[in-house]
Amino acid sequence: MYEGIVQDLIDELGRLPGVGPKSAQRIAFYILDADPGDVRRLAEVLTVVKEKVRFCITCGNVAESEQCRICADPRRDLSMLCVVEESKDVVAVERTREFRGRYHVLGGAISPIEGIGPDELRVKELMQRLADDTVTEVILATDPNLEGEATATYLTRLLRPLGLRVTRLASGLPVGGDLEYADEVTLGRAFEGRRSIDD
Amino acid sequence: MHVTHLSLHDFRSYEQVDVPLSAGTTAFIGANGHGKTNLVEAIDYLATLGSHRVASDAPLVRAGASQAVIRASVVRDERSALLEVEINPGKANRARVNRSQLPRARDVLGWMRAVLFSPEDLALVKRDPSDRRGFLDKLLVLRSPRFAGVKADYDRILRQRNTLLKTAGFARRGTSGDAAVATLDVWDEHLAHTGAELLAARLQLVDALQPYLGTAYARVAADATADRTSAAVTYKPSFELAEAVRDRTVLSEALSAEIARRRKDELDRGISLVGPHRDDLTLTLGELPAKGYASHGESWSFALALRLASYDLLRADGDDPVLILDDVFAELDRGRRDQLAAIVGTAEQVLVTAAVAEDVPDRLTGQRFDVHDAQVTSV
Repeated sequence: MYEGIVQDLIDELGRLPGVGPKSAQRIAFYILDADPGDVRRLAEVLTVVKEKVRFCITCGNVAESEQCRICADPRRDLSMLCVVEESKDVVAVERTREFRGRYHVLGGAISPIEGIGPDELRVKELMQRLADDTVTEVILATDPNLEGEATATYLTRLLRPLGLRVTRLASGLPVGGDLEYADEVTLGRAFEGRRSIDD
Repeated sequence: MHVTHLSLHDFRSYEQVDVPLSAGTTAFIGANGHGKTNLVEAIDYLATLGSHRVASDAPLVRAGASQAVIRASVVRDERSALLEVEINPGKANRARVNRSQLPRARDVLGWMRAVLFSPEDLALVKRDPSDRRGFLDKLLVLRSPRFAGVKADYDRILRQRNTLLKTAGFARRGTSGDAAVATLDVWDEHLAHTGAELLAARLQLVDALQPYLGTAYARVAADATADRTSAAVTYKPSFELAEAVRDRTVLSEALSAEIARRRKDELDRGISLVGPHRDDLTLTLGELPAKGYASHGESWSFALALRLASYDLLRADGDDPVLILDDVFAELDRGRRDQLAAIVGTAEQVLVTAAVAEDVPDRLTGQRFDVHDAQVTSV
């Protein structure tokens, strides 16, 4: 145990995701040694981020104003909507530069164990966005794990009666990888989702 | 395959032990409580990532230590590999093969194949359905390690669904549980899909095991009366299912239909009542079920036959598993003892534990170790 404030700092850091007691101690001592200016900047960002950042009223992505940059961009294709679990998934899809439509951030995935059902996710908002027929295709890009798949199944059941095109991201082999290193589940999925190459 | 070296660190009673092994028979002799079983338990753990004695990992770690390490060199098809498993109770276990870290501990499954006979096997005949399901699933994973993942997925879906059923049940009795009920359909679909995969694999496994079981029982119980020589095993699903169905799609549809039919019951009781987690194996001897009708000796023979059949089945797949006989001979009469010794004599590697040397049949000669107070010495 360290004296008062130093231990407080280690405890606080240790509550962050992915930071264990050892890492917390290392970060704490890094901060103690660091330039006061650097530390002040970090502290400022931490306070400001909670005050300034809001969630886009349209898609639920992190934003600095009422709408996020993507929703406010008129060049975006309004007919396509990509549904993701978290804001960080938006960033991941954006990095591909393949998708020019807009997003909808659910804020998680269905998981009864954690007490998360459709009411805890932004599903109602999604249905409202789809009401005016501008969107013709919904791409379900939830995580390819149990909870993500369950969420995708739930949304598919909900969206199919609306008569729009509902698609799910393909799962399969990583690009640049070796077939021999793929695990059986991934390889099995890749077989299920195989496609004809003559068109 | 066979193990050429076993090394344990903070596993059970051992702080540190190294045991050189070779193909053929090896016997570990020592008084009760001195650590014989711990040695073979470690090898079985590498094969199944579970213990035949306890359900959780915590008792496997030596009192006072935070983690246990099992290391074994194995030779398979004339190639050797070093397997290492780190047991961290309460945290994720880790596994390495030839010093390279595997992404998940369960990826080590398939490297070691072992069949363990122990006095606990009597539970397969006498005790609960969960013992028999456990037997079947462990054998399934030994044959195709990918089912460790399927089983893990199924268990997780089950936990999610049971939680939902509980909350939906409460909500229904109170105000509104509509939202919970709406997502129940989704979990039904996933339970039926993954459940069918597990169910199909188990049904096929029982089909494959059946002929070996008949032969094994006849050999173990050579002195049985004429009407009680035929041992059989059938899979008993938790609902009516046409006998010959093995197709995953058909099984999935059958599961879905049954889940839909039992929905009210499930909501009332807040638990999943349909699926492979409620299934059982029926063991029959002649015309009668083994459970409740077989004598103690017959039950023992049946349990032995189930293990022998597993061994023969794995062997028929192309690779001799390591055969482990943990304190088995003391429980058998002379006739069965000799029968078993004759059968296992042909195995590539046999590891035997016994309290006294006289319990080990003469024909099983080979390497011998004395185990005393967690010290293993070659004799």
